[in-house]
Amino acid sequence: MTAYIVRRIFAVLPVMAVVALFVFFLLRFAPGDPAAIIAGEDATNEAIEAVRAKLGLDRPMVEQFAFWIWRLLHGDLGVSIFSNLPVTRLIAQRLEPTAALTLATLFVSVAMAVPIGVVAAWKARKIADRLVMGFAVMGFAVPTFVLAYVLIYFFAVRWQMLPVQGYNPIGQGFGPFVESLILPSLALGITYMALIARITRASMLEVLQQDYIRTANAKGLATDRVLLLHALKNAAVPIVTVIGIGIALLISGVVITETVFNIPGLGRLTVDAVLKRDYPIVQGLILVFAAAKVFLNLLIDISYAFLDPRIRY
Amino acid sequence: MSAATLLEVRDLHTQFNTLDGVVRAVDGVSFDLARGETLGIVGESGCGKSVTALSILRLIPPETGRIASGSIHFEGHDLATLPEDEMKRLRGHRISMIFQEPMTSLNPVLTVGTQIAENVVRHLGVSWKAARERAFEMLDLVRIADARRRLDEYPHQLSGGMRQRVMIAMALSCDPQVLIADEPTTALDVTIQAQILDLMLELKEKTGTAIVLITHDLGVVAETAERVVVMYAGRKVEEAPVMALFERPLHPYTRGLMAAIPRLDVDAESGGRRPRLQEIPGLVPRLTQPIVGCAFASRCGLATDRCRAEAPPVVDAGGGHTVACWEARV
Amino acid sequence: MVAVTDDLPLPPRRFSLGAAIRRNPTITFGAVLLTVLVLLALFGPLFVGDPLKIAPVNRLRPPSERWWFGTDQFGRDVFSRTIYGSRVSLIVGLSVAAISSVLGLALGLACGYFRAMDGFVMRIMDGVMAIPSILLAIALITLTRPGLGIVIVAIVIPEVPRIVRVVRAVVLSIRSQPYIESAVAGGTRNIKLLWRHVLPNTLAPLIVQSTYVCASAMLIEAGLSFLGAGVPPEVPSWGNIIAQGRTFFQIAPWSILIPGAFLATTVLAVNLLGDGLRDRLDPRLARRL
Repeated sequence: MTAYIVRRIFAVLPVMAVVALFVFFLLRFAPGDPAAIIAGEDATNEAIEAVRAKLGLDRPMVEQFAFWIWRLLHGDLGVSIFSNLPVTRLIAQRLEPTAALTLATLFVSVAMAVPIGVVAAWKARKIADRLVMGFAVMGFAVPTFVLAYVLIYFFAVRWQMLPVQGYNPIGQGFGPFVESLILPSLALGITYMALIARITRASMLEVLQQDYIRTANAKGLATDRVLLLHALKNAAVPIVTVIGIGIALLISGVVITETVFNIPGLGRLTVDAVLKRDYPIVQGLILVFAAAKVFLNLLIDISYAFLDPRIRY
Repeated sequence: MSAATLLEVRDLHTQFNTLDGVVRAVDGVSFDLARGETLGIVGESGCGKSVTALSILRLIPPETGRIASGSIHFEGHDLATLPEDEMKRLRGHRISMIFQEPMTSLNPVLTVGTQIAENVVRHLGVSWKAARERAFEMLDLVRIADARRRLDEYPHQLSGGMRQRVMIAMALSCDPQVLIADEPTTALDVTIQAQILDLMLELKEKTGTAIVLITHDLGVVAETAERVVVMYAGRKVEEAPVMALFERPLHPYTRGLMAAIPRLDVDAESGGRRPRLQEIPGLVPRLTQPIVGCAFASRCGLATDRCRAEAPPVVDAGGGHTVACWEARV
Repeated sequence: MVAVTDDLPLPPRRFSLGAAIRRNPTITFGAVLLTVLVLLALFGPLFVGDPLKIAPVNRLRPPSERWWFGTDQFGRDVFSRTIYGSRVSLIVGLSVAAISSVLGLALGLACGYFRAMDGFVMRIMDGVMAIPSILLAIALITLTRPGLGIVIVAIVIPEVPRIVRVVRAVVLSIRSQPYIESAVAGGTRNIKLLWRHVLPNTLAPLIVQSTYVCASAMLIEAGLSFLGAGVPPEVPSWGNIIAQGRTFFQIAPWSILIPGAFLATTVLAVNLLGDGLRDRLDPRLARRL
């Protein structure tokens, strides 16, 4: 098992290397003159040259590359073009709300979607199943920001149950913190929940056809034990895989959700950076988000070894 | 129902809904099982023998199939109509079942020990610790070497023969009255087959459990069963004590099955592996249409117009030997 | 024995659109819904007013007989903007689906077939897939001038790996089939093999996957426009209409909810089409998601 885990960890390195290269070459090979675009429409030649120097685009490609890799390996993501602050510091300042929102959504969605999917598979083709499948189909179609506004409209504007916007750090009390996360988590989590509920149902339906489920029934085991232990544990690998795939969805969604709910996290930092064309921040965020996604997926890969005793390679 | 009778199946009809219509998989089957007896049910695949077994435990998938009529009397209950929660208390406890595919019938992600012990916990209400001890005893009983260590192993770490031993251990862990074995040796090597059959018989002697042995293999029946039910197209065509059946098969279908048994010299040439039953010419009738007359008539060399028009009654040939055939010389 | 219950007709091996539609109401429903939306996008603009016309007198009017979907803070007609907006969504969805299918098919065939390329290309695909699609698109857009073309390119890049993986998986499974091995042994040329034997088998999964790409592209485009990183703000796209409605959302929710409903319906129609086609054409893929 240790060998398996070590191998998974090493498999992550090339992926992150490709991400890093991609970000590097995106700037160098972008059509037109990125320095001019970043500097803005009305920029003077001097301003453009200043941006070019700041991005290191005036030096030979090999030197740029070596310098860039060197800094990256030292955890240096460069400085913002506009504020001149180190990108790592800007990211660190904004980390908490995003981590809180993403992780809360992740846990709540999984905790709700898996049982929903199990029930749907158990009651296949009955009312409960049709409701779940209907929800899943809708969940895939409704964009995060549209759902967010629908939620705000009802829960915050009309019924005034929850705050319209904003974020309360956990340091300022748990109640307000949770309150400020409910609507964003719902908006962010619906598609993710739909995805997980759907794969749970599909995976459970397949497992419920298996011979060992017939054996479990022939033993007269209680329904909950058959479903939740015998079936779900076997269905777990695809479910967990999709939980991992969906993390990309959460990260894309967090950018939009933070914008709608005015949450000062990494998503907002991204949008602000894009609007100011502050490329060093954008590339730093891509690296951080990709690393987060790759790391969470690594955890999921490792969890396979615990879920399925046959995986021990 | 006499005192010696443990299980009494009467006029059982089990049907499946398919896109082609209703399949009458079991079409009016009756038989008795005495205490401690080994009853063989034989027939080609698709003859309804496995569906009969699943019907007794009510494991017919409810989305597609149902017991349409008939009764299954066991310990004062009619299993055909018993409420599901009472049925659950019976399964794995009073009646248990082992299946054909030892490779897929055990749960791949649970340890062998857990899978045996959960049965004991469920039905005997003992602690997990005691149940685990019982699981160890059972593994030992089915002669799995190093049973203590095997408790914590997963099915994929065991050979096919060992998995079937685990299935047997699991099925017998609560001292059931009836063990239904659905082709328990079909998927195994021929040497392992003999070991498993011997083990089942030995355990039967020890525990007094009655066995319903479902197989397509008359050789297995000859070695194991005391009485035999021969099924064809969802119906019972012949029933007899095993010696009587082999000495004097009355139904043309039974005779066809016997002709298909390889002789010893042939057996040796085919590498010692017993081939599956050879085809009797013709096709099994479609079970989506009610069968008029004798189900075997279309394949039977002796069939007359009466066979094709009228279902043959069950005739008693004496000594517990019955047959459903117009042409049988009783 | 329980084979009785498995006795369902197998789906046709070959792609047959006519049969697929007759047998699957989901496809028909999705297709009809989508057809209506396409007709609306094509011909709707002929019948509605100018989506860009500013009329400060009529600002923030609720839906009524005169303005079916109300007006926004500049007095622009949300109905006519929404109808025009459908064009952007459909153009983006369809072109991303088409371009990434062609690219993904080519790369997937090459990867599945020429093992030398496979490791290299798939590592790049893994890397690209590690970057959340909206962020990838955003990065590209930061470096270029806004426009519909660049939005399409920016969405194509993250979507291509999804197609490549599906196509490659099909090619790998076909490669191991005996008839392909014997054709290789018999000296059939690679190109001919790909064309005659491999390509036709990839079509069904490719069509299914490209419908999902189309839906995903429309959602990403709307998201990008909403964030201000999509098509230029003066173009009436659904994302832009919603973005511009944000400020006055509490007074004029219609300018967000109505284009939002259109977007959701369009994505729903495409997804239903994809689900139906998948169930019909590719039951194995159906199990994977």
